[in-house]
Amino acid sequence: MTTASLRKRRLGRLERPALAGVLVREAINYSSYWRSTTFASTVEPTIYLLAFGFGFGSLVSTVGGYDYVEFVGTGTVATAIMFSSVFATMYGTYFKREFQRTYDAILAAPVDTEELVTGEVLWVALRAGVYGSAPMLVAMVFGLDPAWGMLAVPGIAFITGFGWASFGVLVSALMKSADTFSYITSIVVTPAVLVAGTYFPLSGLPEWAQVLGQFNPLFHCVELVRHAAFGWEGWADVGHVAAIVGFGLLMWRLAIWRTAKRLID
Amino acid sequence: MHAIRLRDVAKSFGPIQAVDGLDLDVPEGACVGLLGPNGAGKSTTMKLLTAQAIANRGELEVLGHALPRESKSARAQMGVVPQQDNLDTTLTVQQNLTVFTYLYRVPRAGRRAAIERALAIANLTDRRDTKVDELSGGMRRRLLIARALVHQPRLVLMDEPTVGLDPQVRQEIWALIDRLRGEGVSILMSTHYIEEAERLADTVTIMSHGRVVAVGPPELLVSEHAGAEAVEVYGPPARLAEIEAEAVAAGHVTRRTGTSVAVLRLNGNAPAGERRPANLEDVFVLVTGEEIA
Repeated sequence: MTTASLRKRRLGRLERPALAGVLVREAINYSSYWRSTTFASTVEPTIYLLAFGFGFGSLVSTVGGYDYVEFVGTGTVATAIMFSSVFATMYGTYFKREFQRTYDAILAAPVDTEELVTGEVLWVALRAGVYGSAPMLVAMVFGLDPAWGMLAVPGIAFITGFGWASFGVLVSALMKSADTFSYITSIVVTPAVLVAGTYFPLSGLPEWAQVLGQFNPLFHCVELVRHAAFGWEGWADVGHVAAIVGFGLLMWRLAIWRTAKRLID
Repeated sequence: MHAIRLRDVAKSFGPIQAVDGLDLDVPEGACVGLLGPNGAGKSTTMKLLTAQAIANRGELEVLGHALPRESKSARAQMGVVPQQDNLDTTLTVQQNLTVFTYLYRVPRAGRRAAIERALAIANLTDRRDTKVDELSGGMRRRLLIARALVHQPRLVLMDEPTVGLDPQVRQEIWALIDRLRGEGVSILMSTHYIEEAERLADTVTIMSHGRVVAVGPPELLVSEHAGAEAVEVYGPPARLAEIEAEAVAAGHVTRRTGTSVAVLRLNGNAPAGERRPANLEDVFVLVTGEEIA
């Protein structure tokens, strides 16, 4: 179907009760699986934090002007955001669409695809806001000094999570089977986590990789988190926010478009 | 006023013409059975009514709302019971209903009452805290129906509501649907169980190859297409072929039942055999054709 006919179908767009319906469904479901999700989303980055912190930390004491524990403690925030957003939507939406047929039930109610996708993404972004901040708390135990700016980290994690959650929905809508998700993990997710200044600075990489890093939303997220912890950098940070928000808006619209194509015959 | 009114609706999936010039009416307060063999276009029709499929042409009106443009307003006032169970299996009965009170925008003040009412309809009040995983097939189906009723819809779509259920459970579901009918809810129910349509539907619409081939109250369809009585003649295949030829020559119509030939539209000189009242199944086979698609 065309997007024009989709638009015609809507009476009100992005209505609050419809979004609330999708969010409540997620929240109630979450009450049945929060333990495993919370475990995976906080323990995994903590292991990275410890492994890199102790592993590399014994070789290098400072990176890019930061203590290594400070560097990794803030970098791992990005890893945690990535893990709790992109996988949740990539596999989650696929499962709900193809196996549980949840989306058929939701779309039979007064909820449109735009509201369905937005609700799903908002929920995962909220979770990323919480889970993304966890590694920073763990890093504090290992010597990261608290700072007022860190209060902005959940917000940074939310907007970054929104973009990557949308990306996951988009991938899920594009792929024929869940087997192909591993390609996306290898080609996009893993490089995005590594070429973002998470565990080592971009400046150590070849120039082409540094340029590529500028297009990585997660790099902008890492920069923002570091500046939140160690001091804002004015317009540069506005640029980082703009990059993340731009990525999020683009992915959000693409995710809605492709999901509608997938769900509406 | 019609709860559903379709005129000349067509929908194709690539080269497959699933619905091809369909006219369908569900008068307000009526229960309409949508019958047809597999692939007749019943499920596609159901999807068109919730705008989960968009028609290539034709007029679609549901509860006075033109589709697909005003589908959301229509969906707010109707309930859908899908063929495939899509309950949240890790949640309890009550949690499943709660989710749907939100999705169907039941006002906060009415939510509790709506859930209690739905539990009572499904006869699951004692099972409210049971996880769906642990329910029997019949209980799940009752919950699936009750879930579609939390907002007291004016119209309910049911896609094969008793498919795959054993006879006892099927009767429970029929009783539930009958009660809805009694409350004046308009119902469109697709089924390929003839008995289901015969028992529950005020009007039956028989579809074949994406269009309507017969429509009317079950008794009327039977008398019109099959007559009052049928004679079943048993015998070896060669004998059955003879019977068929003789019957057609005498102005009757026939259909195979697998083990016998049923001679219908009797007009006096009926062959010898077992007499029985003609039924909707006779009509179904006559109007949809005997060959298996």
